[in-house]
Amino acid sequence: MKGRWRSLAATLASVPITLFGLVLVTFLIGRVMPIDPVLAIVGDRAPMDVVERTRLELGLDKPLPVQFAIYVNNLLHGDLGRSVMTSNTVWADIARFFPATLELATLAILMAMLIGVPLGVLAAVRQGTRTDQAIRVICLAGHSVPIFVLALVSLLLFYATLGWAPGPGRQSVAYEDMVTPVTGLLSIDSLIAGDYGAFRDAVAHMLQPAGVLAYFSMAYIARMTRAFMLDALHGEYVTTARAKGLSPLRVIWRHAFGNISVRLVTVIALTYAGLLEGAVVTETVFSWPGLGQYLTVSLLNADMNAVLGATLVVGLTYLVFNLLADALYRLMDPRVR
Amino acid sequence: MLTRRAVLASTAATPFLSYAAFADTPKDVLVMGKQIDDLISLDPAEVFEFSGSEIVDNCYERLIRPNPDKPTEVIGALAESWTVSEDGLTYTFKIKPGRKFASGNPVTAEDAAFSLQRAVKLNKSPAFIITQFGFTKENADARIRATDPATLVLTVAEKQAPSFLFYCLSATVGAVVDKAVTMSHAQGDDLGTGWLKSASAGSGVWVLRSWKPSESVVLEPNPNGPQAPKLKRVLIRHVPDPSAQFLQLKQGDIDIARNLSPDQIKAAVAAPDAFTLSAATRSYIMYLGMNTKNPNLAKPAVRQAIKWALDYDGIQKNIVPTTYKVHQSFVPEGFPGAIDDQPFRRDVAKAKALLAEAGLPDGFEITLDHAATQPTADIAQAIQANLADIGIKVKLISGEGRAVLTKIRARQHEMSISNWGSDYFDPHSNAETFNINTDNGENSRQRTSAWRVSWLDKDLSDRAIAAVKETDQAKRIAEYQSMQRDSQQRSPFAMMLQNIETAVMRKNVHGFVVAPLADTTSYVNTYKT
Amino acid sequence: MSDTPLSLRDWLLTDTPESRRQAAWGRLYRLWRDFRGNGLAMAGLITVILLIVLSLAAPLLATHDPATQNLANRLAKPSAAHWLGTDELGRDVYSRLLFGGRVTLGMVVAVVLLVAPLGLVIGCVAGYVGGAADRILMRVTDVFLAFPRLILALAFVAAIKPGVTSAIAAIALTAWPPYARLARAETLTIRNTDYIAAVRITGASGLRIILRHVVPMCIGSLVVRVTLDMSSIILTAAALGFLGMGAQPPSPEWGSMIATARRFILEQWWVPTIPGIAIFVASLAFNLLGDGLRDVLDPKQR
Repeated sequence: MKGRWRSLAATLASVPITLFGLVLVTFLIGRVMPIDPVLAIVGDRAPMDVVERTRLELGLDKPLPVQFAIYVNNLLHGDLGRSVMTSNTVWADIARFFPATLELATLAILMAMLIGVPLGVLAAVRQGTRTDQAIRVICLAGHSVPIFVLALVSLLLFYATLGWAPGPGRQSVAYEDMVTPVTGLLSIDSLIAGDYGAFRDAVAHMLQPAGVLAYFSMAYIARMTRAFMLDALHGEYVTTARAKGLSPLRVIWRHAFGNISVRLVTVIALTYAGLLEGAVVTETVFSWPGLGQYLTVSLLNADMNAVLGATLVVGLTYLVFNLLADALYRLMDPRVR
Repeated sequence: MLTRRAVLASTAATPFLSYAAFADTPKDVLVMGKQIDDLISLDPAEVFEFSGSEIVDNCYERLIRPNPDKPTEVIGALAESWTVSEDGLTYTFKIKPGRKFASGNPVTAEDAAFSLQRAVKLNKSPAFIITQFGFTKENADARIRATDPATLVLTVAEKQAPSFLFYCLSATVGAVVDKAVTMSHAQGDDLGTGWLKSASAGSGVWVLRSWKPSESVVLEPNPNGPQAPKLKRVLIRHVPDPSAQFLQLKQGDIDIARNLSPDQIKAAVAAPDAFTLSAATRSYIMYLGMNTKNPNLAKPAVRQAIKWALDYDGIQKNIVPTTYKVHQSFVPEGFPGAIDDQPFRRDVAKAKALLAEAGLPDGFEITLDHAATQPTADIAQAIQANLADIGIKVKLISGEGRAVLTKIRARQHEMSISNWGSDYFDPHSNAETFNINTDNGENSRQRTSAWRVSWLDKDLSDRAIAAVKETDQAKRIAEYQSMQRDSQQRSPFAMMLQNIETAVMRKNVHGFVVAPLADTTSYVNTYKT
Repeated sequence: MSDTPLSLRDWLLTDTPESRRQAAWGRLYRLWRDFRGNGLAMAGLITVILLIVLSLAAPLLATHDPATQNLANRLAKPSAAHWLGTDELGRDVYSRLLFGGRVTLGMVVAVVLLVAPLGLVIGCVAGYVGGAADRILMRVTDVFLAFPRLILALAFVAAIKPGVTSAIAAIALTAWPPYARLARAETLTIRNTDYIAAVRITGASGLRIILRHVVPMCIGSLVVRVTLDMSSIILTAAALGFLGMGAQPPSPEWGSMIATARRFILEQWWVPTIPGIAIFVASLAFNLLGDGLRDVLDPKQR
């Protein structure tokens, strides 16, 4: 038991090292990009003296190691710098874009889980039958189409043809600017404001992009569930439970599924972390102001403060989820040393 | 300000699943779908691209502006009258009485002087439009003065064509900002720019209520504005994907789509019961730049051959039928001094003969840098096919727009597809960039488009410098016209296309007009039925 | 022992193989027999083979030069002259699809050839050597895992220049960490087996043990992961195309074809749909194949 926690502490200690590596790699990317960061600020037409002054202001004249040291020093003081594209501090930008991604990813992972897990269990129970194969094809299909096609077809079908879902964007015009941001999560903020209409509107706008992301993630979750379940269904305790004459449903859900839930949570947590890095393609089609779009636009304008800040947030999220999954695994699964 | 109830009152209560009931946006709210992720500031002293200028021009007024009906003249906006001294160095403007900013403060000459001084002192990208008249940080307070609340006096460094100064003052950077309000938000010596980036302090029809980068811009009527708009609110939404824009337009979630592709515009034209269009040319020119550092491209006959090999009409008709027109001279159509001569058309035999004359009958290999976005990527491929027909093997190098620009600015390309939008409404903006190159060295301070293709034509360069000083407007125009004809034959620029901005709107939107070049696209007369 | 001649099948299935070769072939045959029984997996395999054959035979099967433009006949509907219609520059979509298969499948193969050995070596070395080497290699792996995948690829492509080669390198850059992790995990379980201990006693060098004994044991699970990843590679290439950074025109890569044609999805829907179907079929086939292989190679998950 002690050894278990000691190794967890070691993993925890590795987080800052990994983050440092992340900053270093991102920083180097920024320097090798063949894009002049000054261009994004002053545009193509600015005279030479404006260009040169801006270069000085950005500290781009200093040697690379010095630039890096300055950035890390500011970072340690909690200063991520300012984005040149939005002219806000990177913190302020992240506080605006990350909740949009968080909201979407959370709904997506819930949907993927609620559909993927039962499908996986069903496939395992009906192993080798038509049902198993049908589930396999349905799930894999979501993972076999470029996600922007999935998104565009979804828009065409549910928005343009059937009219069941609202279009791109985070909220309808009528609610634009009406809810005071507290958490940045529109669904939560509208509830805080006690505005049921705005809440309904915000959730309705999330359903489609979240559904697309969920369908894409579902294949993996269902596949892993099926594999774990098959493993568990062949376990001795399941055979024992069957022998005791327990009802099949009880055997499946209480015994077999109960046994795999920890491993499943790990899989889901990591999928969730993957969704939280922001899905630029889905965000672009659905005009969703999320982290993925922010990162991409910043990157293509060599707005490196923004890229560094957002990458750090994404990396940190990933590492935290990884740690949580790890801790959960060690805590719950008796088989881990 | 619009209350929540007022907005909701105009839409019926809606069931959860069916969004059909939202099919129309509220009557007094205009929703525009547009790509606005290029917006980095809404401070008039800093804003320098199309989406930003349009918003700023709706929130602010300038002293003078071109007469939309007769672009060779200027008319007063905030200025009532103006005079030029005998020696051509002193300009005096009388401010119209009774005009107010959104804050309620009166518009005075002091505000106008402050705005121009501010642009000079902040020295952001568009500042050169003002500073090219000799204003500097040090002399701005002395040379830009309000002698009384209604009189603004500008002292320029040397005698130039008065029309040149007037057109420059009509650029977005000439917008008059509310000095008291701006300075009350100043931090340190930033002259309020930190605040004004995402706020407005003007006397225009609208005030900026909010700007969320890469998300939306909201405008509301200025209670003290020169004219009361018919709408209560304009919402510009960032919709990056043109297909999504078109879908939302069809569904009625947006009223106007600003970035549809040519094929989508074609589909909109085919549905006249649902949509109307408004289009106008923009000062945005697409051209093939040939870097004369390359020994083959240094030969005038080779450049001529390439100009004769391009299928201007085919490219325009098929790839960009509604969004570009063929334009082969450096001053955009709609500008004073523009010509519409089109001396070049696709003539493979002639092009081949020219190549042979240059000693390259079998052609040569060359690279072409272009942005990976549409329609540039399609046009690049068409050019590749055109030039292959005369034996020139083109290797396409596509890249992210800013990466391509970075490379061209460093003169590291061979050929490139480039764009140029004029900085202000005067032919000098383009005459300067496409002709003036006084120092072709690597460390030149003046890196014009001509410098970027390593091209120094002393005759054209000198004529461009002289033309801007010509005080006789008719002579000046004639000179620009003759320069364009010479440039067509000699320059390493194959001018190809001029952009047409097309807005597609739903049938119930009225009074929205994409403004011609001399004017700015305004939302003041727009209303919905 | 009977006198009847041994059939090939019997030779393969014998319980008492006479040589190492016979045993290996016998194992493969049994796997194949299991695999053949899985209808979906077989469908996947046949489709993959068919796609490869079609791409290789592209010059024979194509009706047009995939690069020849005809601006006057752009976005044409499928017809006798152009079986699958024409694209935005009037090029024959059917011919482009065939030649595009070469680019797309070639990309997939290239990425796999880059990623699998790299991940395998890093993972095996980290797992087998342990200690500081393990810690350093795993930190590096973590950095790349923690990086937003598409952004890393995008940055890499933008940093060099867009094109097939840099897309391959970029996708490989984002794809290797899971392989390293997988190989490391496998190695850790193998490292302490009696079998490896026995090899070590014979005095084999560390490098030899890793290459000859550890790596081969990891290949099974790696092959499964590779086939399942092949569809992700195609989709990542398409996503890069969506952002304008994939294979560049006029190269007929499927992902770029669908990405450039997506603007026609409302009016000329067949233009993006056709490469979409190609991607769908190929991805699904790779996935089914991978699933089938997993069932065979990893009996625990059957």
